[in-house]
Amino acid sequence: MSLLHTDHLQAFYGDFQALYGITLTVEEGETVALIGANGAGKSTFLKALTGLVKHGGGAVHFAGESIGRLQAHQILARGIALVPEGRRLFPSLSVEENLLMGGYAKRPGPWTVKRVYALFPALEPHAKRPGTALSGGQQQMVAIGRALMSNPRLLLCDELSLGLAPIIIRDIYAALPAIKQEGTSVMVVEQDTSQALKVSDRVYCFQEGRVSLTGRPADLTRAQIAQAYFGV
Amino acid sequence: MRAKLLSPKAFQIYGLALLVVLMVVAASQPWWARRYTEQWTTEFLYTLALAQAWNLLAGYGGLLSVGQQAFIGVGAYMVVALGLLAGWNPFLTIPVAGLVCVVLAIPMAALLFRLKGANFAVGTWVAAEVLRLLVSNIDAVNGGSGISITPTLIGMPIWWRMSETLWIALALGVGGMAMVYGLLRTRLGLALTAVRDSEPAAASLGVSVSRMKWAVYLVAALWAGMTGALIFITKLRVAPDAAFSIDWMTTTFFVTVIGGIGTVEGPLIGTAVFFALRALLADYGSWYLIALGLVAIIFMLFIPQGIAGVLKTLTGSNLFPTQRHAPKVAS
Amino acid sequence: MADWINTILQGILTGGLYALLAAGLSLAFGVMRVINIAHGDFAVLAGFIAIALNQWLGLTPVESLLVAMPLMAALGYVLQRFVLNRALGNDVMRPLMITFGFSIIIQNLLLQGFSADSRSLYAGSFSTASFQFGGQIAAGYLPLTMMLSAVVILAGLQQIFSRTMLGRAFRAASDDPEIVRLMGVDNRHVYGIAMGLALAMVAVAGVFLVMQTTVAPTDGPVHLLYAFESVIIGGLGSLWGTLLGGVILGVAQALGDKFDPGIGTLVGHLTFLFVLAVKPNGLFPKTKDR
Ligand SMILES: Nc1ncnc2c1ncn2[C@@H]1O[C@H](COP(=O)(O)OP(=O)(O)OP(=O)(O)O)[C@@H](O)[C@H]1O
Ligand SMILES: [Mg+2]
Repeated sequence: MSLLHTDHLQAFYGDFQALYGITLTVEEGETVALIGANGAGKSTFLKALTGLVKHGGGAVHFAGESIGRLQAHQILARGIALVPEGRRLFPSLSVEENLLMGGYAKRPGPWTVKRVYALFPALEPHAKRPGTALSGGQQQMVAIGRALMSNPRLLLCDELSLGLAPIIIRDIYAALPAIKQEGTSVMVVEQDTSQALKVSDRVYCFQEGRVSLTGRPADLTRAQIAQAYFGV
Repeated sequence: MRAKLLSPKAFQIYGLALLVVLMVVAASQPWWARRYTEQWTTEFLYTLALAQAWNLLAGYGGLLSVGQQAFIGVGAYMVVALGLLAGWNPFLTIPVAGLVCVVLAIPMAALLFRLKGANFAVGTWVAAEVLRLLVSNIDAVNGGSGISITPTLIGMPIWWRMSETLWIALALGVGGMAMVYGLLRTRLGLALTAVRDSEPAAASLGVSVSRMKWAVYLVAALWAGMTGALIFITKLRVAPDAAFSIDWMTTTFFVTVIGGIGTVEGPLIGTAVFFALRALLADYGSWYLIALGLVAIIFMLFIPQGIAGVLKTLTGSNLFPTQRHAPKVAS
Repeated sequence: MADWINTILQGILTGGLYALLAAGLSLAFGVMRVINIAHGDFAVLAGFIAIALNQWLGLTPVESLLVAMPLMAALGYVLQRFVLNRALGNDVMRPLMITFGFSIIIQNLLLQGFSADSRSLYAGSFSTASFQFGGQIAAGYLPLTMMLSAVVILAGLQQIFSRTMLGRAFRAASDDPEIVRLMGVDNRHVYGIAMGLALAMVAVAGVFLVMQTTVAPTDGPVHLLYAFESVIIGGLGSLWGTLLGGVILGVAQALGDKFDPGIGTLVGHLTFLFVLAVKPNGLFPKTKDR
């Protein structure tokens, strides 16, 4: 049985339909990438999974349970954590407090503040500073650490590389194996297609609220991806 | 899409026709109605005027004032100062009262605009309290115990006094609606809409947010000041506690919220509902006010767009289309 | 001379009461971004509950307070959770109007239940006895207790905010009400707790209020204004600033009344406007207004 399975998931913003029936699976231990042009609905999909956007139809099954109607905090308690687009650290909390906030639900598991610092050693010297006083890359690390603190079974990452220098992006993705080692499945949303293909076991390409292509990175050609991306 | 009960055009034509008929009925009352009816109509119209001014302020300008009674009170006391003490015809004091309020509103806005959102609201209340307490300490107007303005009306035939009061109330009430409607159809109106929907976005479009707010605040002060002067001419006695009372705002909120804030016809509908409820329930004293509070809460929770908003969904249009959306309802 | 010192001392101690009132207002505003227009009415309600418990059930003032506090906390939770939470969002008007509705309802229920008369809670010699510092300077036990309670409660609140998970959740919810839910926080529940805490503090203030002076059912708004002024003078979101704001307001009022009985309130309001004119972010600015 898949860890996550969405069945014709739809989502709306008022009258505007952002997702037209997304069917997708993530297996236990797998890394799945979502790619697609701006406005394709990737972030909306992650928000729908985590309960920030209400479903307009379809179903979501996680670890055998239907979670489509649950509230955001209940979904987190089941083990789905999101690193939101744009990091969204809490400005009035220090780095350490941001991490502690991530552990609010007290889900049992391996992650502690100490282990996050071990994963991202750049953070420890800044523990007492406001999260938002850090560099973009460091903020991204805090955001990932904060999500890990809930010991998720599935970690969703929305545009980790947004606005970061290539060398920093590399550092951040270098943390992925250590995260997966704990048995966590990962879903990454990336604008940077080559990055996405490099880290993932499988790729879904979104186009205007629909899945336009799916497969293993090795099986997909550049032309196929360009077609799925832009719909030309 | 839901089926519309009435086509937008028909809704607007019937609505306007009804409005014109009502205006004629109101304006001609001195020749056929009883005094009691005339008084009732006057009260209806000045309530509408207050609601319309606040609607402009809060519904379109996004300025949530809880302190318009400051201008009502100052307007009332201009009748005392100019009518009673300086001997003017009390009706002539009305426009001057409005202008005085505009002048007074300038330093008030300069100070209060430093507060945002809900803080601005409470700040306006403090300002009104300051004015009430200041006036309460002026011996020339009898301080806190208040003063009768009956002497200003001596020698004026009662028919003429009541007619003039009614017509001025009509000018302020219906004129208030016309003013808001007219204002919204100008460039200022479009800018207001933009500001209310999103202040940063409007600012980035080159709309001067602060100039909009100033304009709206001053116009609302003008209207409340004139209306305040008129109200207390009908009441014949002015006391600080009554003139600067928060109760004016209670009524205004109720009327505007029930009718539909941010629509031109909302305050009119709300005033009608308010007077109907009052006629039905006024005998119940405190319970009547408790009921008003409950109704207002229920509207804010479930029908924040008010009756005008509901009518809009039923007919697909406002009586006075001004290209403005109903207030946003967040989650 | 001793006269003036006594006046100022009295003003300072009254500041404790204002700070207690203000802390609740500030807490609700800080976490939910809602200004509770009925804040003062809740204080009066708590005071009247204490009076009723005292007169009808014969509870002592302290026992009345111990009953009124959890009652008010529960009321705060319920009103937030089942009423105000439905109106949260970008539009500040809806919560403002709803709390305005609360204000009208509370005032009229009290009028209905207790008539328009002013009442107070008799606390025996505690209300009148005072502590003498050298012959002429004196501070009443009651005002001293109020100030002490304010300091203790504010310090406790400060600890909650900086040390506990709940406090972090309050701050995080205030920063970003959407993302905080991704931390597993049920923000509706957290908001309920915040309002419950706020009204528990209001209950303390309200019971002190009716012990100190006579209070009428319609006196709530004036206390809302005092609380609000203390918060703004101190600087939004700064707890100790709020205490100082309360003290400044209390002293201004006491001096005003000493100068000419009856103008204390006016002098207090003018002091607030003055601070607004020269230091619009208050004396201890901390959080940005959103
Ligand atoms: N809060 C919102 N209200 C209304 N429409 C929205 C909202 N958020 C997103 N949309 C719309 O939904 C669609 C999908 O947006 P979404 O943010 O999911 O895209 P995305 O694939 O994440 O894009 P990007 O790569 O730019 O982050 C877009 O058309 C967008 O304009
Ligand atoms: Mg996105």
